[in-house]
Amino acid sequence: MITRRFLDFPDFAGRNPFEEMDRVRRYLDQVIGQADAGYRIPRAGVFPLVNLTETKENYILRAELPGVKGEDLDIQATDRNITISGQRTIEPDPNARYHRREREAGRFSRALTLPGEIDRDKIDARLTNGVLTLTIAKSEKARPKQIQIKA
Amino acid sequence: MANEAQSRDMQVKGKQEVAGAEQTRPGPVFIPAVDIFENEDGITLMADMPGVAPNDVNIDVRENTLTLTGEIKPFESQDETDILVEYEIGQYYRQFTLPELVDQEKIDAELKDGVLHLVLPKAEAAKPRKIEIKTN
Repeated sequence: MITRRFLDFPDFAGRNPFEEMDRVRRYLDQVIGQADAGYRIPRAGVFPLVNLTETKENYILRAELPGVKGEDLDIQATDRNITISGQRTIEPDPNARYHRREREAGRFSRALTLPGEIDRDKIDARLTNGVLTLTIAKSEKARPKQIQIKA
Repeated sequence: MANEAQSRDMQVKGKQEVAGAEQTRPGPVFIPAVDIFENEDGITLMADMPGVAPNDVNIDVRENTLTLTGEIKPFESQDETDILVEYEIGQYYRQFTLPELVDQEKIDAELKDGVLHLVLPKAEAAKPRKIEIKTN
């Protein structure tokens, strides 16, 4: 009786069962996607994480680099790419006994492609309170142009 | 040992949010990463608080509880539009219970390049004293 009912299950009649599995998978992806919306997953997975914003004239790139000195940073720019590399040094005290050691040191290098062309001669880099801010001028072509509407 | 640590590549570590402690002001609150080490003179605490200006860090010692808070003032201008957001910005908050041996009057703090450097000197009575063994 049970067997019969199972075989008569309307969903499988004349349908590809894989299609059904696909539908379930899509549904699960959707649910998981919603659950993830509350977290920010690092997209690149490369240190340092960056935030990028834009104004009409500039792209503004920010990265948190606490304890990194300006002379330990190397910033390179091409037409559309920015590379930030450097080193974070933490001098260990040879006489100290550690209770906690959570801060990390090491080398890093990150390349980033910007959405539009940049004017690489007009880049301003600042390091304040451990945050690197790059103000990158957009090239003439990448700037928005106001279109006048004729009456 | 120093060379070994520096030749390593840095890994992305997401910021950890404070769980439970709800703040009166909205917005995320993060736990700063710390190094705590002890030598003969005292305990040194280093905390990563990028984006906090020297005047916006608050160190509070009360009944053996050390509370660190760091406030971030908004620095993005109004006409900026987000393109890519990989990290969030928020306040910093972390609490520690101090061992009794710390001289709470002489705590010294400095914030430089987004790193808080806190020196907690040991009270005179708590400093280790070498015991001389007398020989005849």
